[in-house]
Amino acid sequence: MTRARELLARATNPTATVFILLVLVFAAVFAMNPGFFAGPSLMAFLKQAAPLVILAAGQYFVIVSGNFDLSVGALVGAQVVIAARLIDGEESRTVPVLIVMALFGIAVGLVNGLITTALKVQSFITTLGMLLVLYGAIRLWTGGAPTGSLSEAFRVPGRMGIEDVPVLGQIPWALLIMVALGAGAVLLMRTRFGRILLAAGDNERAAALSGARVDTARTLAFVLSGLSATVAGVLIGGFAGVSAQVGDGLEFTVITAVVLGGVVLGGGRGSVLAAMAGALVIEGLFTLFNQMALPATLRPAVQGAIIIAAVAYAARARARPVPTATATPTPS
Amino acid sequence: MTGPLLAMRGIDKAFLGVPVLSAVDLTMEPGEVHALVGENGAGKSTLMKILAGVHTADAGTIELDGRAVSFTHPLQAQQAGVASVFQEFNLLPELTVAENVHLGREPKRRMLIDRRAMTESTAAVLADLGVEDLSPAAKVGTLSVAHQQITEIAKALSQGADLICMDEPTAALADAEVELLYRLIGRLRERGTAVLYVSHRLKEIFDLCDRITVLKDGRLVDTTAAADITPDDLVAKMVGRRIEAQFPDRLPGTETGEVRLRITGGGNDRVDAIDLEVRAGEIVGLAGLQGSGRTEIAEAVFGIAPFTRGSIEVDGAPIRITKPRKAINAGIALVTEDRKAQGLALRQSVRANARMVLDANARVHSRARLARVSGLLSSLDLVARGEDQEVRFLSGGNQQKVVVAKWLAAEPGIIVLDEPTRGIDVGAKHKLYSVIRELAAEGLAVLLIASELIEVIGLADRIAVLHDGRIAAELPGGATEQQVMAYATGRGPE
Amino acid sequence: MTQRLAGPRLGTTALIYLALAGVLVVGGAAVAMDGGNLFATANLVDMLTRTSLTGFLAIGMTLVILCRSLDLSVGYTAALSSLVAATTMDGQAGNVPLAVAAVLLVSGFVGAFNGAVTAYLGVNPFITTLGTGLIIKGYLDTQYKGPAGDVPAVFQQFGYTRIGPVPVSALVMLLVAAAAIWFLRSTRIGHHMYAVGGDADVARMSGIRTGRTLLVAHILCGMTAGAAGLLLAARFGTGSAEAYTNLYELDAIAAVVLGGTLLLGGKGGVAGTVAGVAILAVLDTVFNVLQIDPFAKDVLRGVVIIAAVAIYARRQLDRHARRPRFAEGRAS
Repeated sequence: MTRARELLARATNPTATVFILLVLVFAAVFAMNPGFFAGPSLMAFLKQAAPLVILAAGQYFVIVSGNFDLSVGALVGAQVVIAARLIDGEESRTVPVLIVMALFGIAVGLVNGLITTALKVQSFITTLGMLLVLYGAIRLWTGGAPTGSLSEAFRVPGRMGIEDVPVLGQIPWALLIMVALGAGAVLLMRTRFGRILLAAGDNERAAALSGARVDTARTLAFVLSGLSATVAGVLIGGFAGVSAQVGDGLEFTVITAVVLGGVVLGGGRGSVLAAMAGALVIEGLFTLFNQMALPATLRPAVQGAIIIAAVAYAARARARPVPTATATPTPS
Repeated sequence: MTGPLLAMRGIDKAFLGVPVLSAVDLTMEPGEVHALVGENGAGKSTLMKILAGVHTADAGTIELDGRAVSFTHPLQAQQAGVASVFQEFNLLPELTVAENVHLGREPKRRMLIDRRAMTESTAAVLADLGVEDLSPAAKVGTLSVAHQQITEIAKALSQGADLICMDEPTAALADAEVELLYRLIGRLRERGTAVLYVSHRLKEIFDLCDRITVLKDGRLVDTTAAADITPDDLVAKMVGRRIEAQFPDRLPGTETGEVRLRITGGGNDRVDAIDLEVRAGEIVGLAGLQGSGRTEIAEAVFGIAPFTRGSIEVDGAPIRITKPRKAINAGIALVTEDRKAQGLALRQSVRANARMVLDANARVHSRARLARVSGLLSSLDLVARGEDQEVRFLSGGNQQKVVVAKWLAAEPGIIVLDEPTRGIDVGAKHKLYSVIRELAAEGLAVLLIASELIEVIGLADRIAVLHDGRIAAELPGGATEQQVMAYATGRGPE
Repeated sequence: MTQRLAGPRLGTTALIYLALAGVLVVGGAAVAMDGGNLFATANLVDMLTRTSLTGFLAIGMTLVILCRSLDLSVGYTAALSSLVAATTMDGQAGNVPLAVAAVLLVSGFVGAFNGAVTAYLGVNPFITTLGTGLIIKGYLDTQYKGPAGDVPAVFQQFGYTRIGPVPVSALVMLLVAAAAIWFLRSTRIGHHMYAVGGDADVARMSGIRTGRTLLVAHILCGMTAGAAGLLLAARFGTGSAEAYTNLYELDAIAAVVLGGTLLLGGKGGVAGTVAGVAILAVLDTVFNVLQIDPFAKDVLRGVVIIAAVAIYARRQLDRHARRPRFAEGRAS
């Protein structure tokens, strides 16, 4: 009986909810199309989902420390355009340009973080400003439309993989990168840095009084988000080609994914694994919509309704009285 | 009018099964200024909060003007004519005095806010209080604490309050401002408004109050006319002897060693001329009234609000502590007064909190220390479902053990404990007392701040008594509560 | 910033109008050096025309931000409203009153949904209004493949007629702004918005119904988005689902915070917002006249918003010093 209750309690825990949601979504996908779980189509799905999962991990670091990063979509777009323009079809430039992109991603994160922590500008405003700056600067630089083209080598991570694997067909590089970075993110959250990040998002004052460098940790979270946008830019550019619009609105999809993963806006709660699972749920939903032949145009509506419902559910679960008494007497 | 304005009878209240008030009676007449006194933890604030509708009594009756009332929300108390001025003001800094005074009850004319009436009636209330230098149009955020307090009182009066509760109203006031409050309370008495005055400043109590009710350990000791009692007798009634006050003795083998912490001429904007030494193996108590500068000394030593004058030495070496990191690296730990706001990340696990100091400071982090965290928690007798449990689900006492553990994990040489037993149950208190003794035996220098005098007296080897930001006296460990209280209230030696 | 000016400090609203004057002077000088005249009728008309659309949205946005909420759905609401207006009018001048009523009803309903979910279900307004925006987007994309409806000439006047250099739409916007200023000052529920955003607990303790106040703010915000939709319909002569792609909501939020309203609520006002809108419009016009790349304006806009909020944050910090018991330098 108590076991059953404990299981129920776990199931209603917002973090666990996302995994149940994940199972439900894929059960529905399977019901509609049993062939989905055949190796190649599953691999294709994961290849497509990888950028969002990586972005979700990056955004998680920022959100869990108590901030927002609205600039990732614009940064993804900027990175793709930068790559095309600088590489301009020259294979030999691939690696140097990748380094430039990484530095650019780090710089954007650093600026976001420093403005937010040192100048005390709310991250919503900081990253909104950064979104506008990136959006304008990239179009200014390219004169409105992206120029140049990507090299073949650049496109490998986004579209290629280990070929001719039995059962699976191709194991996409994107999937391997996603797994590696995902594992890295999970491990990072177990380090001192990750613990400080969580503590700072939960109670900034307590963390600071324990000697934590809260501002530094938060700034690094923005840098990680900038780097995740860089990797996502490489994958998306490779997969879908060059367009300045690739990142438009992506920040909202990513935040949706993270929040769906039970990570609470305001910080201190949720796991990075659940955030990435949230991204898979979103991608799974898109697949499901495809199979249901739901008009592509209707997808945002369903997405919107689901996010509101999921968060309202989580808010209710949190508002319920806790099992053990938490009140402490405070006689003067 | 016949009968009292307020009659509270047989009030009981317990938190988590710990009785805080039992069978307390309190009556007040119109226009009476009534002092409610007692040591910290005696139940004054709880009684006041029951009257204000913040808490609800477990048993007992409350009658206002002869009508039985029962409040479950502060709004109900306000509507019945009971207003409260807490130490944390219920004011909006971005609004004006007039807007705050009328918040939620703005005067209307043809459906719209009548700003003129609002200003005029605020001006009228202020004039009635004899306050001339406060404009109804002033923004509250720009006012002094005293003027904010006046705004609160004006708000209470404009709500038609017959009874105003004031919780330590002078705690944050400068001397000149206290004068103003005296005048104000005089005016309230003339108007027939009753004032329940919670304080432990004897001078004010005898200056202002008609009657005095003394609480001790949640029980009524006496209600007496102020004219019928001397200050010394009042202090004796407040302190007395405790039933359950048992403190562990100094552990055998505890040796007082070298000076680990030395403050010379320490001062900043809140404290001044602080000279203090704490030796290895020694427990030094800091006693004083709320706002006397106890916490400020702790915060200065820990680099939160550093001293701007004087010097600090740790283990004989001068050191400038400008932020908590520096204090931690110098081997100082601070168990803060408010564990929920400053000590714990409530949504994180016991383990995450217990290793927070190690995680946050590369120089104190070590695998060996991390490995000892679990043992530390169990040696503190932590009761939790496991180290994965979020600390918000723990009782106050167990939460405090987690805070203590996170500091001990860093193996400090100096530990400052600011109100370590506030709001925790008796069992946890006794455990903490033993832990403090053990720390001293291990050679730590312990600086103990406590409002409950008995704790300081029972544990400390020496007691520094603070009054108004300065050390008024340094007493030996065996001092009596009367002696400490005499210095803390600014009356000097007996 | 270390030096402090003597004398009374300028209010934030005064400061923002001073900044507006400064922008006008500098912009005027820049245009003059280029051989033009910023204050020529054509340029004035351009400036004022630019203010009206963002102005409507920003006025409503001010109300919700004052309550410590947010509305990311206003761009979508405006697009939806333009379609409701154009299809209801259907080219008939006689249908105009009905159409206006329908628009206000629909947009007010969207606001009510946002407000109710935020206030009563405890969902973070960022998520609520993001979700609502997506739902409307899905509906618009599915239902309308292009422009729809027909706005009669008489209503198109609202978009184009001028009195002297002042477009009617700008006048109407200023009237709405004046009404909003009056509403915040003279009605109880408007006045209570400051309390709800300033400190919800104090508001509740003073007997204010915080949920209802928030709900009303959201309804009014929805309705001003409806007014913006009417203006869009009048300008285009038809309803346009595509209007949401312009990210009007971000412009509106930018104008509000530029106007000195605190993103965390409780402080600010519509007068400042109007100045914020005007500053953005002047900058746009100056850029236009100087024929600077339009994308540079996004960059500048991002920088201006961050800088403004950083300055406001600075001013806030200065105020929170505690009063000393011992003055510095006093001998002991």
